[in-house]
Amino acid sequence: MVQLTLPKNSRIRVGKTWPKPEGAKNVRKFQIYRWNPDDGENPRVDTYFVDMDKCGPMVLDALIKIKNEIDPTLTFRRSCREGICGSCAMNIDGINTLACIYGLDEVKGDVKIYPLPHMPVVKDLIPDLTHFYAQHASIMPWLETKTNRPAKEWKQSIEDRKKLDGLYECVMCASCSTACPSYWWNGDRYLGPAALLHAYRWIIDSRDEATGERLDQLEDPFKLYRCHTIMNCTKTCPKGLNPAKSIAEIKKMMVERAV
Amino acid sequence: MRYLTDRKRATGLGSAKSGVHHFWAMKVSSVALLILVPLFVFTFGPALGGSYEEVTTYFARPFPALVAALTFIIGWKHFNDGAQVLIEDYVHGTAQKITLILVTCLSYAAMATGLFAIAKIAL
Repeated sequence: MVQLTLPKNSRIRVGKTWPKPEGAKNVRKFQIYRWNPDDGENPRVDTYFVDMDKCGPMVLDALIKIKNEIDPTLTFRRSCREGICGSCAMNIDGINTLACIYGLDEVKGDVKIYPLPHMPVVKDLIPDLTHFYAQHASIMPWLETKTNRPAKEWKQSIEDRKKLDGLYECVMCASCSTACPSYWWNGDRYLGPAALLHAYRWIIDSRDEATGERLDQLEDPFKLYRCHTIMNCTKTCPKGLNPAKSIAEIKKMMVERAV
Repeated sequence: MRYLTDRKRATGLGSAKSGVHHFWAMKVSSVALLILVPLFVFTFGPALGGSYEEVTTYFARPFPALVAALTFIIGWKHFNDGAQVLIEDYVHGTAQKITLILVTCLSYAAMATGLFAIAKIAL
């Protein structure tokens, strides 16, 4: 059954409040989820104060500043700081997004930061994405062909290439899948919006010769049809993509070949 | 504790290779209900408040009786299909199978009851 309350050892407590920076005039309050697997304690929310006159404009800038200057134990993933690597996905102000491209000016009031929802937490803001990545691998995210490899490249018309726009840009940050209630309840079997968007990217690719097999693999009450067009995925995608539309297109193709 | 690879966990038992017909059936019944429900409201409405004889005479006509019967059949079929999705979402394991059986029985029982009532009034 669906679990509506957190287990006892996952309930979030009030954490430490760190001192305000001395002499700062423009101070902003950050409330950040903390959990350390090694200390046996429950998760907590720590409060930090950041001098905004000495901080960059993005949420990631503030996190890096906190880690460098206030609390070096704060743990989070980050790499490219420009929305390409997808590492710094987290729940900011109730929205799953990338900390590096989410401006602090977009948040009203205190900045509340939690890890991506409904995923096992490795530490602090780092979710365990092992299953998410394995689901992505299961949709065969590569070109499948049966024809002998051409002497040069696999050709594609400009029109067919355009069909991949809005799909290839996905950076697999997991914001969409972890915003999806269907993925929360049935994430073990439902592939989720990210994996399905990637599946569609290969289904629609004019060069791919495994369209039928790909659709066969997806035709399942759980792998595909757990999507109920809730649209949280599209609403939250930090890259402005539309995974819900990709899923709808897959469903249309399923009908097209069956009816 | 099972030592399964991440890929094996993700693949699970593989694809059921079904689902599209359920999806399509829901779409078809939705469209049918879009037409039937207003028809049912407008054909059922005039019979309201009438005497027993007036109502039986009214439903003895084929159109109101057929609209009511079709609404019952398709409505309960649609309910059953929708409830199945709901149960699959929130109930898992053996409880899921038992709930599915119960809801299917309830849907067909309600459908049969409605049809019997219509038949009794109409014939």
